[in-house]
This record gives sequence, C-alpha cells and structure tokens, in this order.
Amino acid sequence: MGEMITILLAAIFTHNIALTYLLGWCPIISLSRSLKTSFGMGICVMIVMTLTAVVNWPIYYLILVPAKAEFFSYVVFTITIAATVQLLEMFLEKFFPSLQTLFGVFLPLIAANSIVLVIALFMVLRNYSYAKTIFFAFGSAAGWTLAIVTVSAIRAKLVLISDVPNGLKGGGITLVTAGVMALAFLGFAGMLGIQ
Amino acid sequence: MALQLKKLTYTKTFRILRSNLWKDHPVACGVLGMCLTLGVSNKVANAIAIGIGFTFVLVVTAATISALRNLIPKRARVIIYMIIISSFVIIVDRVLKAFFPALSEALGPYIGLIITSCILMGRLEEFSMKNNVWYSMLDALSSGLAFGYTLFLLSVIREFLGFGTILDVKVTPTGWTNWVVIGMAPGAFFVLSIYLWITRTLAKVDPMKTGQLHG
Repeated sequence: MGEMITILLAAIFTHNIALTYLLGWCPIISLSRSLKTSFGMGICVMIVMTLTAVVNWPIYYLILVPAKAEFFSYVVFTITIAATVQLLEMFLEKFFPSLQTLFGVFLPLIAANSIVLVIALFMVLRNYSYAKTIFFAFGSAAGWTLAIVTVSAIRAKLVLISDVPNGLKGGGITLVTAGVMALAFLGFAGMLGIQ
Repeated sequence: MALQLKKLTYTKTFRILRSNLWKDHPVACGVLGMCLTLGVSNKVANAIAIGIGFTFVLVVTAATISALRNLIPKRARVIIYMIIISSFVIIVDRVLKAFFPALSEALGPYIGLIITSCILMGRLEEFSMKNNVWYSMLDALSSGLAFGYTLFLLSVIREFLGFGTILDVKVTPTGWTNWVVIGMAPGAFFVLSIYLWITRTLAKVDPMKTGQLHG
C-alpha cells in the first residue's frame, strides 16, 4: 500500500504531468479564463482518466500482449478512450441530466486530450501493475487539476492588476505564469521517486 | 514581371502558404500543439525527428481525409480522424524504433502524442474536410513545416543555453556555465513565451482574436 501512496503523491507533486512532463497545455491555455470552468474540466478529467486506465490495462495485457500485437496499441488506446468518453456522455444524459448540462461541454474536448492517452503510454513504458496504473492515473489527473485551477486563479488576479504588453496577451502571459509555477514545482524534485 | 508577381499573390496556393507559414502560424498565433512544442524542444535531434514525423503524418492523413471527405459521416468524424492518424503514427513509431533506437528511447511517449496534437485536428476539421486533395496536401505540408521550423528554432536555443551543445556536439567555449533551467521544464515555458512575444509583435496579431477557441 505504501508504494501506491508514493505513486499517487509523486504523480501529483514531483512528477506533475503538466508542470514536469509539459502535457495537456492546450486546454489549460484556452479554458483557464474562469475558475469555475477550469474546476469543472478538472473533475471531468479525473473521472475519465481513472476510467480509461481501468479499461486500458486489461485490454493491453489480456488481449494485445497474448496476441503479440503491441505495436497496434496506439489505435486501440485511441478507440477505447473515445468510446469511454462517448459512453460516459450517454450515461450522464440518461441518468444525471443535471450533471450533463454542467459537464457535457467538456467531455468531447477530453477525447482529444493528450494527458488521457499518455497515461496508457506510460503504463506500458514503465510496466506498471494494475493497481499502480489506477493510482498513477488518478494522481496525474489530480496534479493536472491542481495546475489548471492554480493557473486560472493567477490569471483572474492578473487581469485586474497587470499591464501586459500586447504581444504577450492571452497565451503568452499564461505561459510565463506556467513557467514560474514550474520553477516553484522544481522545489519538490527529488522528494519522491517514481517507477 | 511585377504585374505577374502581384497576380501570383492572389492565387489560392500563395494564400495558403502565407497564412500557414507566417500570418496564422499554428504555434505562434493559434497557441496550438503545446504538448509537443514544449515537450520535445529540449534537444535538436528530438525536434528534427518529431518535426519530420509530424509533417509526414499530417500530409498523409490530410490526403486520406480529403479523398474520403464525402463518405465520412458528420457525427463520427472525430473518431475517424483519430483512427487514421494513429494508424500513420504507428508507421512513424516503427521506423524510429528500427532505424534510430536511441532517439526512440529518448522521445518515449511523445511520439504517440502526435495523435492528440490539436494542430492535426484543427487542419483536418477546418481545411481537409472542405477542400480537394491537392490543396489539402499543400495546406498540411505548410502547417507541418511551420510547426517544424518553430520546433527547430526553439530547440537550437534551448540546447545551446541548457546543455552547451547542438546535436550533441559541444559548441560553447571552455568556462561556459550551462543554464540548466532552460533545458528543464520552466525553460520550455520561458523560451516559448519570448518566441510568441517576438513573432506576435512582428506579425501584428490581434491577441483578442486568436488562441482562445480550441480544446
């Protein structure tokens, strides 16, 4: 169990998927204008990433590896992710229409989001066990949510107090903010190992 | 002669090239494809491999999608794009593994991330679904080259400052201290934001119009 907790904390802080591996920045840049939107997106990503990790591990190790078709994994992972998102959308529509109106806009965006796919790729590269994969997926999603919520909080403040040069408005200043945050997260480096 | 040149600037080919390579540059103006731009710009070798692989995938998928554009059902189009893209990414992955195993090792998961690049999705959705094969391939090629030259430029700056090398050949004089942070995650953000600032100022991009409408 201790190992699982280490993986979870490492995925959130020392090996944060956004600030250390530099992934999933397109949605952060385009959606971090309001705190509410970024929080909703974060929750959705957590659900989808954990679910796809639960589905992808058995598919890879029980179907693709015995069939010696590992090279085919990109296509299979892509299809599983898209299918999971689609199923989740239909499930919400049917049973929780109020949640559907809240989160429905984010779900199609997640299907094309790099961080969902990269969990499956890391799972293969690092030979994670089933339990480790799930903890890693949830931790990474939580770390990404931490990043998007912090960036949008900083941006909300920035709009009020700063005079940003024209060329840096929008995407540029968000990247500078992210750079400063990544510097801060370097402080966590070396506290926990992952593998 | 001058008149002919002026006429040339009104052709569709010229407009596609100018818009993709400079005026509506996918990275500088759209702020698209961030994962790859930030993630692989630390070494020149990585940047060249991803630049070429990305351009190849973009050109062949654009041609395929454009040829099939009347047969693809509207509701299922995104999943069809993703399946076609990932099939071609497998080719890139296999070629890298077979001929450049060290490079493939260094790139790790980033080759697979070509699949989810928003530049690809954007070009297929906006251009290839509406235009014929020839113009789609031209559009794809110019977008890929635009992405590739940006990646190359950023990686030259980052590898020079961060590691003191270019293509793993030492180019800095003795006594040079590496700016280690530029080679790590924060440096990626700082170098890219300075690049955005310079190109947006030169291309006179309106910040309110771009970089906000994508996922």
